[in-house]
Amino acid sequence: MADFFPLPWLIVFLPWAGAVVLALLAPGGRWPPLVNCGVSAASAALALGLLAAPEGVQGWTRVDGVNQPLVALGGIIGLATALFSAATVEAERFDGLRARAYHAAFQIFMGAQFLALLSDNLGVMWVAIEIATLASVLMVAVHGTPAAIEAAWKFFVLCGVGIALALFGTILLYLAAQPLVGHGDPGLSWAALRLVADRCDPGILSLAFVFLMVGYGTKAGLVPLHGWLPDAEAEGPLPISAVLSGLLLNAALVAVLRAKAIVGINPGALEPGPLLLGFGLASLLLASLALWRRRDARRLFAWSSIEHMGLSAIAFGLGAHVAGMLHLMGHSLVKSAVFFGIGAAAQLKGSQKISDIGGLAGSHPALGWGLALGIAGLAGLPPFSLFVSEFRLVTAAAAAQPWLLLPLGLGLLLAGAALVRVMQSLCLGPATPDAPVAGAFARPGGLWWASGPVWALLALSVLLGFALPAWFAALLGDAARLLG
Amino acid sequence: MTFGSTGYDIAHLLGGGILLLSFVLLYQRRLDAVINAFAVQGGLLAAAAAWQAHLQSEPGLYVTALLAFGAKALLIPLALRLLLRRLGLHRTVETALGIGPSLLAAAALVGLAVMVVLPVTAGQAQALTRENLALALSVVLLGMLMMIARRNAISQVIGLLSLENGLVLAAIGVQGMPLVVELSTAALVLMLALVAGIVVFLLRDRMATLDTGLLDRQRGEGPP
Repeated sequence: MADFFPLPWLIVFLPWAGAVVLALLAPGGRWPPLVNCGVSAASAALALGLLAAPEGVQGWTRVDGVNQPLVALGGIIGLATALFSAATVEAERFDGLRARAYHAAFQIFMGAQFLALLSDNLGVMWVAIEIATLASVLMVAVHGTPAAIEAAWKFFVLCGVGIALALFGTILLYLAAQPLVGHGDPGLSWAALRLVADRCDPGILSLAFVFLMVGYGTKAGLVPLHGWLPDAEAEGPLPISAVLSGLLLNAALVAVLRAKAIVGINPGALEPGPLLLGFGLASLLLASLALWRRRDARRLFAWSSIEHMGLSAIAFGLGAHVAGMLHLMGHSLVKSAVFFGIGAAAQLKGSQKISDIGGLAGSHPALGWGLALGIAGLAGLPPFSLFVSEFRLVTAAAAAQPWLLLPLGLGLLLAGAALVRVMQSLCLGPATPDAPVAGAFARPGGLWWASGPVWALLALSVLLGFALPAWFAALLGDAARLLG
Repeated sequence: MTFGSTGYDIAHLLGGGILLLSFVLLYQRRLDAVINAFAVQGGLLAAAAAWQAHLQSEPGLYVTALLAFGAKALLIPLALRLLLRRLGLHRTVETALGIGPSLLAAAALVGLAVMVVLPVTAGQAQALTRENLALALSVVLLGMLMMIARRNAISQVIGLLSLENGLVLAAIGVQGMPLVVELSTAALVLMLALVAGIVVFLLRDRMATLDTGLLDRQRGEGPP
């Protein structure tokens, strides 16, 4: 029974079925947000159920230590985002068509990012990332304002080139393995490619990795391919920033890691670690400087995502895979919480400029302190899991390449200081006047629908850092073994 | 299969033709001529896919050929032409890099592609695969060059579309590539969405100038 139970496909198709329902459902009223929350809750339950599934390959999908934690995380963040979206969607003032498109695109995106994580076949993974791209372009553009359209266009064109290059890399990967695996589906199976990678032509493998790194790296927001990210996250509807930052970037980075795990096996091929490390360092250093110059709060946190993806890339590049996985997950949790907090604040203050938001902790304590703690977590302060993963990363760097401590420490310090400064101005200090967007938090329960998810995600992040269950740690150990 | 056999020669000819069209795309000064050149490139790609279907006895590739012909030789050029007529605005190509330097850069990129692909694939027995890959990589790089060297949104989209032609050329040339039909169709869907996007956005007059150099004005980072 367990062998035939298609849990991975259920996880993918449940949101897609939800998308169809949401596209057909009459817009307006309270049903679409409720259905959206219901579908997300069911997906989250299935995604958590995947943690109990045995490791293995089923057709085009696989279940392993790399994707189990990330799929579970995706389910949780999807549910939190759906709740936050239900609280804020009224103030987004969508008309009928836009409301349908927004909800349907959200569920299509969720299904596609699950598929990208779960696929064993690299062709299927590419298609999944493409679907996720299309759905997120639609979500970014949904408001139809000039700024949103231009952000979506930039996103579309840059990521279009990125995934085109990734497809070229995928074709090259098959070409390298073709004499060994023959025709048919196994030629793009990750498991099959790993078995033959050490006998493949190293030259083609190296070339394939360069294309896959640049292609999927664009989607992961690594410098110098990050141009789309700040605009896309700042101009879409509020809840979208959380899933773009928390889930899309992870799926893309996992795609790079899968490629690295194949190419890294072949001793004659280019070493993927240093390349990843270079992209990571560039992201960290550029973002840590850029954080000082932002005036738009959502762009600021988008830049902070670039910084954290850079840190994860450095960890994976050094071979500190457990630290890298922890960092990816911790960043998703804390960053989603912060985007919820800043989104709610933007609706309350009627602006997302940093100078228009101030003194939140005094005027709205639950939201303000949640946001303040979240930003402190992003700056790498305890007790959040980013502190633990950054600590492990620095230790690994000191052991492997001591010279790395200098740029790494500089980047961490600069970024942390910039974030603490912003935290003080947003949450502490004198309060700015409220100018709520029409319809903001009009439901019973009001602001708690936004602050609840913030605190829940922060609590999970503390658990992840300091009370990791042994079986979960073992799962991360599996991931490190697979990616190594 | 080597040089001199009909199968090889025709595949090579079609691949070379596609690359030649990439150059043609780069030296046009009028947008409608760019669209025409793209349509011819799409037709050649369809022919190449059909020829590979015949060579590899892979009936699925005929589907790819048919889709490529319908979308790239007919549908997309038609839509872009209608768009140009509807907008009725300047049809000249705005360059960020002049025509002459673009062509020089293009020639250098082809040299680069050949120098990268031929040595690393030296272990591969199939001469056709190697040369096809070199041609495909050249088309991909030229597509990227067109996106960089042209400032007009329509030209940039055509650059991306011709880049995707290069991808399909690579995919069909690798014998026994799994999911080749599915992957090329998925890539085509992406391109169709892109074309639909530009048609909708431009007709709604949101990007009235078409000049992507102005994209940076919406940064939300004005003075405080």
